[in-house]
Amino acid sequence: MPSLKDLRNRIASVKATQKITKAMQMVAAAKLRRAQSAAEAARPYAERMGSVLANLASRLTTTEGAPRLLIGTGKDDVHLLLVCTGERGLCGAFNSAIVRMARERALALKAQGKTVKFFCVGKKGYEALRRQFEKDIVDYVELRSVRQLGFDHAEAIAKKLLRLFNEGGFDVATLYYSHFRSVIAQVPTAQQLIPAQVGEGAGAAGAEAVYDYEPGEEEILEALLPRNIAVQIFRALLENNASFYGAQMSAMDNATRNAGEMIRKQTLKYNRTRQAMITKELIEIISGAEAL
Amino acid sequence: MAIFHFELVSPERLLFAGEVESVIVPSVEGEMTVTAQHAPVMAVLKPGVVTVSEGKGAPRRLFVRGGFADVRPEGLTILAEHAIPLEELDAEALAQLVKDAQEDFDDAATDEAKRDAAEKLSQLKELRDALVH
Repeated sequence: MPSLKDLRNRIASVKATQKITKAMQMVAAAKLRRAQSAAEAARPYAERMGSVLANLASRLTTTEGAPRLLIGTGKDDVHLLLVCTGERGLCGAFNSAIVRMARERALALKAQGKTVKFFCVGKKGYEALRRQFEKDIVDYVELRSVRQLGFDHAEAIAKKLLRLFNEGGFDVATLYYSHFRSVIAQVPTAQQLIPAQVGEGAGAAGAEAVYDYEPGEEEILEALLPRNIAVQIFRALLENNASFYGAQMSAMDNATRNAGEMIRKQTLKYNRTRQAMITKELIEIISGAEAL
Repeated sequence: MAIFHFELVSPERLLFAGEVESVIVPSVEGEMTVTAQHAPVMAVLKPGVVTVSEGKGAPRRLFVRGGFADVRPEGLTILAEHAIPLEELDAEALAQLVKDAQEDFDDAATDEAKRDAAEKLSQLKELRDALVH
């Protein structure tokens, strides 16, 4: 049976924790709004890029001499998993959901006898994957010190990825991130980056227009494909960022609610114990008086 | 003068969307002016200034770096990797860009990379000289 003082201390410490989680929830809500609008602002560019690319790719009739970023190396022996996670924890299952998805894919690929490599973006994913796949991690980018995600960051990652590809480091690259569906729903998503996946529907509509290309079609396609990778990574980072704050907000909301529940229970217990003690003292006094 | 729809988007945001009279686009093969009813063209951009005339008032000028312009029957879209209004671009920022390009050129290992870097550098220098005057 805990003493009254113990109970008082416990209530005070839960209250302090509740204050922290509440503050974190509010901070996450504010940051979420900003992250969400950044993700939305990036959408037109990515969409345009996709439709232009689809348009160009649909005009390529022969695969001969087509850029390798579009058609791949012709093999699929070495897979690179680009795993984007958050830099911090306290966000529910956000990081672990992405990592779990990547890990399952990696194990499935290994079972098929393929080689798997990892490129980690974000500290949490790196730490989780390092335990199991330490020697498979080829690169790691940390964005902890970044305050405002810019296109430059995505570009730097894309550059590393392309260098690795050109050196023949891998055949297929897949991007893992969390798609931001709503504040309470973040869906871990896999997206193939190399060879590029081009939407088909958009190509048909634009194909009728006679285009002039400056310089040639192939040069444009060649310039566009690496850029497309940077754009896709940038979009994934922004989506991830929004998802992270969404996940953190709901996790902190839960924590705040749990703390409230705990305080309620402990207070009840405290009051009961206190009353029991008073009753006990009264009985002692009364029975003492009667004995006289 | 006839107007057409013009959009300037960078990965970070939509910078401009609206009806305009003409837009001067710095393409790698020279500057071109896009007006209404322009034939469909897809052009890769070089670092330079996009001049947008909305009909009334002074034309708006924006600095773009990397990207491409897509002219379609329904309008012009510029997808620029970096785009900032010219007023916000100062000589210092440009000098920094030139310096970065110079470093890229110095660091370039292969012939191809060297050629690309040299091209970028000369385009930037050209632009810097043009803006100073």
